[in-house]
Amino acid sequence: MLKELRPAVVSFLVLTLVTGVAYPLIVTGFAQVFMPKQANGSLIVKDGKPVGSELIGQSFSDPKYFWGRPSATGPMPNNATASSGSNLGPTNPALIDAVKGRVQALHDADQGNTALIPVDLVTASASGLDPHISPAAAEYQVHRVARVRGLPLKEVQRLVKLNTEDRQFGILGEPRVNVLKLNLALDAVH
Amino acid sequence: MTTNGLLQIGLYLVVLLALVKPMGWYMARIYEGNLPALVRWLTPVENLFYRLCGVKPDEEMRWTRYAIAMVWFALLGVLAVYGLQRLQGLLPLNPQGFGAVSPDSSFNTAISFMSNTNWQGYTGEATMSYLTQMVGLAVQNFFSAAAGMAVVIALIRGFARRSTETIGNFWVDMTRSTVYILLPLSTVLALVLVSQGVVQNFSAYQTVPTVETITYDNPKLDAAGNPIKDAAGNPVTEKASAKAQTIALGPVASQEAIKEIGTNGGGFFNANSAHPFENPTPLTNFLEMLAIFLIPGSLCYTFGKMVGDTRQGWAILAAMTLIFVGFLAVAEYAEQQGNPAFAALGVNQAVSADQSGGNMEGKETRFGIVNSALFATITTSASCGAVNSMHDSFTPLGGMVPLALISLGEVVFGGVGSGLYGMLIYAVIAVFLAGLMIGRTPEYLGKKIEAFDIKMASLVILIPPMIILGGAALAVMLDVGKASVANPGAHGFSEILYAFTSAVGNNGSAFAGLSANTPFYNTALGFAMFFGRIWLMIPVLALAGSMAAKKRIPAGAGTMSTHTPLFVMLLIGTVILVGALTFVPAFGLGPVVEHLTMIGAH
Repeated sequence: MLKELRPAVVSFLVLTLVTGVAYPLIVTGFAQVFMPKQANGSLIVKDGKPVGSELIGQSFSDPKYFWGRPSATGPMPNNATASSGSNLGPTNPALIDAVKGRVQALHDADQGNTALIPVDLVTASASGLDPHISPAAAEYQVHRVARVRGLPLKEVQRLVKLNTEDRQFGILGEPRVNVLKLNLALDAVH
Repeated sequence: MTTNGLLQIGLYLVVLLALVKPMGWYMARIYEGNLPALVRWLTPVENLFYRLCGVKPDEEMRWTRYAIAMVWFALLGVLAVYGLQRLQGLLPLNPQGFGAVSPDSSFNTAISFMSNTNWQGYTGEATMSYLTQMVGLAVQNFFSAAAGMAVVIALIRGFARRSTETIGNFWVDMTRSTVYILLPLSTVLALVLVSQGVVQNFSAYQTVPTVETITYDNPKLDAAGNPIKDAAGNPVTEKASAKAQTIALGPVASQEAIKEIGTNGGGFFNANSAHPFENPTPLTNFLEMLAIFLIPGSLCYTFGKMVGDTRQGWAILAAMTLIFVGFLAVAEYAEQQGNPAFAALGVNQAVSADQSGGNMEGKETRFGIVNSALFATITTSASCGAVNSMHDSFTPLGGMVPLALISLGEVVFGGVGSGLYGMLIYAVIAVFLAGLMIGRTPEYLGKKIEAFDIKMASLVILIPPMIILGGAALAVMLDVGKASVANPGAHGFSEILYAFTSAVGNNGSAFAGLSANTPFYNTALGFAMFFGRIWLMIPVLALAGSMAAKKRIPAGAGTMSTHTPLFVMLLIGTVILVGALTFVPAFGLGPVVEHLTMIGAH
C-alpha cells in the first residue's frame, strides 16, 4: 500500500512543475512575444488609451447607439468580472416578462417601427458579454439610429456593413455585427 | 436545418473521423512502449524521472496495485487543490487579492477537478487566483485525464493479454499520457487559441471607460455583506451608475486547451466556453469541439490496434457515432423551433441569411443555434461539461438531450479513457445478453465472460443511477435542496436531477440556475463525484485483471462476431435500453412534463 506513496508524491510534484508552471509560462512567453494584442484582451485603443475590448460587449440604451444583446450579469449588465447567462428556463414567467420588457423598450425608442424584432435582440446572451448581434438585429435598428443622429441611412448602413463579419472561412459560425466597434465608428462621424 | 448547418456538422464529423486513425495509431505506439521517433529522444529524461520516483518502468502491476497507485495519485490531487484554494490569499499570482475559498466549496472543487468532473459552484474570475487556476485546477485537468487514459489502457491490455497476472504499470501509463499525448496537443491548441483572441497573461484586470454611462439597480448589502430583503422577501436595491467596465484577464489559453483535450470542462471564467475570452471565434469553437472528441474517438482505434483486430475498434466507434448523430438531430431540431411563448410578442425566431433565429436565450450570436446545440451534444456525450451556451435555458426537449446523454453513462465517445472503458463494459453486457438469448457461454475478444466479470460490469452500470436518482430524491425532499432551485415547476426538478446526473457522470455541465454553492450541494455533489469516479474505476480495473488472467479461446463456429453491423446494433440497443429503463420515469417528471406544458399553453 505504502510502496506506491513515494512514486505518487514525487511524480505529483515533478509533473505539477511541468504542467502547472513550465507549460503555462512557455505558452505565455510565446503569446506575449508573437501575439501581444490578442493575449492581452484585444483592446481597442483610442488616443493611446484603452476604450474597450473588441471581444467584450458594452451596454447601450441610448437610441442614438445600436443596442447589443441583453446581458444577465449582476449587479450591472455586461459585468466582465462576473460573466453569466440568465439561466431562465423556457417556461419561466420571469423570462416571458423580461422579453416583453425588452420588446417594449425597443418599441418606445423607435415608435412606428412595426417590423418583427430579431430574437437575439431580446434574449440574454450566454456569457452576458456577447459583443455581437445578428445582421438582422442591426438592420432592425438602422432607421432609428440614422434618424436620431440625423445621418443619411446609406451612411449608417455602410458602417454596419464595415463592422459585419461573415461566417469564418465562409462556413463556420454565424454572420455577426460587432456592436461596440460599430458605435465607436458612429461617434467618429462628424 | 439549413444547408450551411448541415455543412458545419458534416465538416466536423469528417475532420474528426479522419483524425481517429493517425491519433489512435500514435497512442497505441506510446502505450505499447514503442515510442515514435517524434518523442523517442525524450526517453533519457523519462528514465531519469522514473529513477527519481523510485519506479521501475518494466515492473508490471497486478490490478490491485494498479488501483492503489491510481487512488494515491487522486488523493494527492484532492489535497493539493483543497490546500491551494484555502491558502491562495497568502500565495503569489493573485493580482485581484482573492481570499481563501470557503471550506465546503474548496472540498467540492477539489473532488470535482480530481474526478475529471469540473463541476463549478463558484465564479472563476471572482474567486480563484491565477496560481490556483494554473497550478491547482489546470494541473488536475492533465492528471485526471491521464488517469482515465491509464485505466482504459489497463482494461485494453486485459483483453489483449492471456494467462497473466498483470495489466501494466500505472506510473508509466500516467506519465506517458501526460507528457507524450496531452502536453504537446495542449501546447499547439493553446497557441492557436491565443491567435484568435483567447487571453494569456498574468496582468491585473483591465478597467476601461464605457461609451455610455450605465445605470442599474444595485442590491443593498448589510454590514455582513448579505443582501437586505424587504418584507416580501425581494432584495432591496438602490439606483447606481457606472462609467467604466472592468475586464477579467488571466492565463486562460493554456487552461482552455487542456480543458477540452482532457474532456475536463472547467472554465477559467464562469460563462465557460461561452465567454469571448475562452472561445472568441467560430474557429476556436470548432477546434474546441474537435479537441473534446479527439482522444475519446481515437482511443477506439488504439483499442483495436492493441487487441490485434482494428475492426473491433471501428465497430465501437460506429456505435458511438450513430447514437451521437441521433441525439444531435433532436437537439438541433428542438432549439431551432424556438420558444412558442415569444411568438405573440412580435419576435422573429425564423432562421434566415441574416440571423440564426430559434431559441437564443442563453446563446451567443457568433455560435447561433447550430453550433450551440452541437457543442451541447458533444460536451455531454463526452464527459467534458464545457458549455458554449446555457443548458438551463434550452427548450425542454433540447435540454433533455444533454441530460439523457450523461445518463447513458457518457459512453458515446465519452471522457478520455472513461468513455471507452464505459463502452467496453456495455460491450461485455451486450455479449452476455446475446449469450443468454441463445444459451451459450458469452465471449468477448476470445475471453469467456464469467460470473465475476458480470458482477464487476454490473457495478459499473448500477452504481451511477443509484447515486443519481437517490441523490435527486433526497434533494427534492429537503428544504435545503429545494431552496437552491431557480426556475419554478417541472424545470426546477430538472435542475436538481441534472446536477446529480452531471456530478456522478463526472460531466460538470449544469442547469446552472441552481445555486449549487451551498454547504448541502457542495457536500452532496462532492461525494457523488467521488463515487462516480473512483468506485467505477476500481471494478473496471478488477475486470481488467480478471480478463488478463484468462486464456484466449479461438473463435469457433458458434462465436458471435463483435465487429459486424449486427453487433453494433446490439451494442446501441443495450446502451439505450439500460439507460431508458433506468431514467425514463425521472425524465417524465422533468423535461417531458415541461415540454407538454409549453406546447399546451400555446
